[in-house]
Amino acid sequence: MTDAIDATGLVKRYGDVVALDGVDLRVPAGTVVGLLGPNGAGKTTAVRILTTLLRPDAGSATVAGVDVLADPREVRRRIGLSGQYAAVDEYLTGFENLQMIGRLYHLGRPAARERARELLAAFRLEDAADRPARTYSGGMRRRLDLAGALVAKPPVLFLDEPTTGLDPRSRIEMWDVIQGLVASGTTLLLTTQYLEEADVLADTIVVIDHGRVIARGTADELKRQVGGERLEVTVADGDRLADAVQALGGLGVGEVSTEEHRRSLTLPVQGGSAVLVDALRRLDAVGIAVDDVGLRRPTLDDVFLTLTGRPAEDVAQRAEEVA
Amino acid sequence: MRVPAVLADADVVARRNLTKIKRVPDLLVFTTLQPIMFVLLFSYVFGGAIGSALGGGGSAGEAYREFLMAGIFAQTVIFGATITGSALAEDVKKGIIDRFRSLPMAPSAVLAGRTLSDVVNNVIVLVVMSLTGLAVGWRIRSGFLDAALGYLVLLAFAYAVSWIMAWVGMLVRSPEVFNNASFIVIFPMTFIAITFVPLDTLPGPLQRFAEWNPVSSVTQAAREQFGNVIPGTPEPTAWPLQHAALYTVLWALVILAVFIPLANLQYRRSTSR
Ligand SMILES: Nc1ncnc2c1ncn2[C@@H]1O[C@H](COP(=O)(O)OP(=O)(O)OP(=O)(O)O)[C@@H](O)[C@H]1O
Ligand SMILES: [Mg+2]
Repeated sequence: MTDAIDATGLVKRYGDVVALDGVDLRVPAGTVVGLLGPNGAGKTTAVRILTTLLRPDAGSATVAGVDVLADPREVRRRIGLSGQYAAVDEYLTGFENLQMIGRLYHLGRPAARERARELLAAFRLEDAADRPARTYSGGMRRRLDLAGALVAKPPVLFLDEPTTGLDPRSRIEMWDVIQGLVASGTTLLLTTQYLEEADVLADTIVVIDHGRVIARGTADELKRQVGGERLEVTVADGDRLADAVQALGGLGVGEVSTEEHRRSLTLPVQGGSAVLVDALRRLDAVGIAVDDVGLRRPTLDDVFLTLTGRPAEDVAQRAEEVA
Repeated sequence: MRVPAVLADADVVARRNLTKIKRVPDLLVFTTLQPIMFVLLFSYVFGGAIGSALGGGGSAGEAYREFLMAGIFAQTVIFGATITGSALAEDVKKGIIDRFRSLPMAPSAVLAGRTLSDVVNNVIVLVVMSLTGLAVGWRIRSGFLDAALGYLVLLAFAYAVSWIMAWVGMLVRSPEVFNNASFIVIFPMTFIAITFVPLDTLPGPLQRFAEWNPVSSVTQAAREQFGNVIPGTPEPTAWPLQHAALYTVLWALVILAVFIPLANLQYRRSTSR
């Protein structure tokens, strides 16, 4: 299958700041890639380059088979974008906003109107359709902006933090809309700070930091990379945390870490529930009362923190391991 | 892209801009209120003093009002042209320009639509100002065609100025900065001219500046076209004022030739954050 997005060696500098430092990205058609990374990692910069808003200092990219640098107009015909900050015209109504976008995609007047109505319904904005967007709440604006990206039913979609600021219900509805689009063959590049969202939606995840790709793979692959299960124990009496660590010595397969203020400890383990039972027995034997105990598998949050919550040198070193 | 396609896109953009006037009518009220205030203040405060210097028939106040209106028109449409810049700066800031730039529309349509809608805006303002003028005793003393040409010269010059403003607006990307900066330049430009006072009342060096200032020539052209030149005022000696309409149109053409490409270049470069 051809790649809907294919970027090689993207570099973008702002003065001394290297926003992108050689990013490669390949997204097969009809799949979803989640671009993750801490603030300032370069996610938005990558999106802006791929959507023709910004020219990279080096590197090349094609989107939907069209060269981003050589033929930006043709690329724009095939993409939909919802940027990190909702770009809606405050003085136009929701309907007028979408109709205008439709006409600028050259849908023709009747088609633009019809599409606007459809999208307003899909994003639960029908009641507000004829009110100026100035009167919309933050989440409503966000939804209107997202609707704007879908006006032309583009084959490739770029959504930069699409659900930031949405309430849980809207977020889940948004996911439904996105899953519907992907089922019908749309390719999606999505950035997000909600890792659960990436877990639910993305086929592959690319983690970037300091403008470089530091990990990529499916959510499961990344979780495996960070490690296996861990035992988490919260003791009732914080003063006995050290005793608990001692009691559990030798049980795990790695180092124990503690968080004093939460009265909790975490240690990597192997062996599933048997370990859990063993741990409880040991704690009971030394008379340590337990508030909470459980086995956890790594979440994407763990992946994220493990990969990016380190000094820059480690991150760079990791990038080399990945490459 | 074919020209009709650019125009179609520009039309969509212009309509969008004009919707704002409809939704926020205060905007129009305040852009016209200021010149109306100027008409009243100038004609009744300075009218006596400057009017008697002007000579002509009737009272001093009447003569001055006759003289003043073309100057007020010129100043008003030039200030009207600054809307182009502040509105574009606002659009850059709000990310609307990014939205436009991600669409397969003609890139030149955004600026074309903006400058066009600002012409419409200026037409509305000119109508309001003319009515105000009529109310204080100003009259068009020429024929219909002459007067129409007078309005046309005003609008054409303002249209050209719009493109300077478009460029500056995209460059500074902040409506506040733009408004302050444009005011600092435009206020003296419209005052060191024959807009509100006759040329010979200005001190020497300012007279030279005023003679070559296109704001003077656009004012002079309008004055002539409306038949508002006060009988007995001295004939202008400087070439720009002797050929006011021609000089104004030349200025407009040069501005357009320079600033349409510049503004479009800036549009393609501009990014919001
Ligand atoms: N216009 C600009 N001028 C200067 N520096 C910029 C500009 N845009 C981005 N940067 C810098 O480039 C780096 C990457 O920014 P980018 O917006 O791509 O990050 P991001 O991953 O989207 O972050 P966030 O999660 O906060 O949205 C940052 O260090 C940022 O300060
Ligand atoms: Mg961002």
